Amino acid sequence: MTGPAVVELERVSKTYAGGVTALDDVSLRIERGEFVAIVGPSGSGKSTMLHLIGTLDRPSSGWVSIDGYDVSVLSDRQLSALRAQRIGFVFQHFHLAPGRDIVSNVADGLLYSGVPEKQRKLAAEAALVRVGLGDRLTHRPHELSGGERQRVAVARAVVGEPTLLLADEPTGNLDSASGASVIELLTELHAAGTTVLVITHDLSIAGSLPRQVPMMDGRVIA
Amino acid sequence: MIVLRKMRPRDVLLVGATGLRARPTRAVLSALGIAIGIAAMVSVVGISASSAADLDRKLAALGTNLLTVGPGRTMFGDDAYLPDESVAMIGRIGPVRQVAATGAVPDTKAYRNDRIPAAETGGLSVRAAGLTLPGTVGASLRSGVWLNAATARYPATVLGAEAATRLGIGRVGVNVLLGGRTFAVVGILEPVPLASELDSAVLIGWPVAHDLLGFDGHPTTVYTRADDAQVTAVQAVLAATANPSAPNEVEVSRPSDALAAREATDQTFTALLLGLGAVALLVGGIGVANTMVISVLERRSEIGLRRSLGATRGQIRTQFVAESLLLSLLGGIGGGVLGAVVTSGYAVLQGWPAVVPVWVLAGGVGATVLIGALAGLYPAVRASRLSPTEALANV
Repeated sequence: MTGPAVVELERVSKTYAGGVTALDDVSLRIERGEFVAIVGPSGSGKSTMLHLIGTLDRPSSGWVSIDGYDVSVLSDRQLSALRAQRIGFVFQHFHLAPGRDIVSNVADGLLYSGVPEKQRKLAAEAALVRVGLGDRLTHRPHELSGGERQRVAVARAVVGEPTLLLADEPTGNLDSASGASVIELLTELHAAGTTVLVITHDLSIAGSLPRQVPMMDGRVIA
Repeated sequence: MIVLRKMRPRDVLLVGATGLRARPTRAVLSALGIAIGIAAMVSVVGISASSAADLDRKLAALGTNLLTVGPGRTMFGDDAYLPDESVAMIGRIGPVRQVAATGAVPDTKAYRNDRIPAAETGGLSVRAAGLTLPGTVGASLRSGVWLNAATARYPATVLGAEAATRLGIGRVGVNVLLGGRTFAVVGILEPVPLASELDSAVLIGWPVAHDLLGFDGHPTTVYTRADDAQVTAVQAVLAATANPSAPNEVEVSRPSDALAAREATDQTFTALLLGLGAVALLVGGIGVANTMVISVLERRSEIGLRRSLGATRGQIRTQFVAESLLLSLLGGIGGGVLGAVVTSGYAVLQGWPAVVPVWVLAGGVGATVLIGALAGLYPAVRASRLSPTEALANV
């Protein structure tokens, strides 16, 4: 194996204040270039898993390593830099700024990497062309369909060329045709070398991906 | 290797402005609170400064070298008199340029004609006046002429501005009744700023006052103009010169000082209004803080998104402080402009020179920066403490 794993979880548990255990002794390893689905019903702990892998939260116990960095020893600033430079997020609800055109929205993906505004916009345009929205650059989010909006969100996630793309229910708010096209887009990005991790409760989507990590009640099963 | 990068100042500004641009109405309304406070303070200071500038201009035109001498009271509390020779003696003081006297003619009332009831005196005083009076006090005639050596011997009168109004006389050539005698109005004065007692006076010649109205010849007010550099020295010797036997019975005053003192009383009023402006500013600041708190609550998902894009806690904090600063700065600049416009408008209306001191504009903007920082700090800290997962869960 060349280089460290992109994601490495070792005996990770997460217990929230109030005593709810969302993750219970989970170990997981995702290598560079994988295309993985974490699949399970709601309440199975897959969102908590995404937060831990995305370094948005820290485990109660166990060890998390992202792209070779031990999360437990990094400060808030270092974790933020890790997110800015190595991880791209796609959310179920897109999280686009309504009043601003999609180039500005995508350019925000580079805002915290210290890239000057002009270069951010150029990179954003390139990313939008890559996701097939090259002819919609001046549009605002509300002028686009749901599938197109999710493509904008994907463009924002990959504009910084992250090592790891995390997609949290990317098709959850879309009709099946739009959902399929978003999965197709993620497949293209994976083919181009990005490690992609999709979280979904949809078994048919999960089944179409090379590797599945099924979850139930805070544990990885099988 | 993880590279830590700081945001560029331009990006801090752009990100700070996005929140305001997303809700322009709210931004304008909450900036308005600040603007009203700043405008109130700027215009209060500006109007008072303009009024002071106007007084300075007036005093420069009128001169601050006019001194007046009047009789005070004796040691026993009786009315004192100035000796008849006092005018001539004051005139012999070296630095004195001009001297003129008026003498109140006792028990003499002025009426428009004999149909006016005796009780309606109009509060007018009849005074004998020296021929050099207008030159000395800086009075000019609205119409007609001043008394001369000839008319001073005959029943002719010059009315003060207010006296003419109260008697209902707008032109010369009509008669009035002074002490039961008919006098012809030969002139009407403009208001005299440094000797406002002349405005309500009916002035007649010294000889005719003596001959017709039984005037005793004692001057009651002596006006003198001294060399500018010697005003204080002249002021010191005036009492002893006017009445060498009883200098303590003489009152000496400098009318320009009285005008300046009136301005000083206005200053206390200005301080009060300034305090009200500060209260308005404080309320405006609370409005900004309120807007920022609500903004943070509403934008939890934006905060979560920015954290996932790699914003540090510090960068979130900076964003909201920058937004608050921009908001209050917007209000501060708007208020400064508004205050300057109000000041100019009022000054023009009053015929004053418009003066807006730079220090009040700079102070106003400085105050808004301070208020913006204070108002934004608490919401910004709250925003930065928000856990990213919690912020994202909130859609």
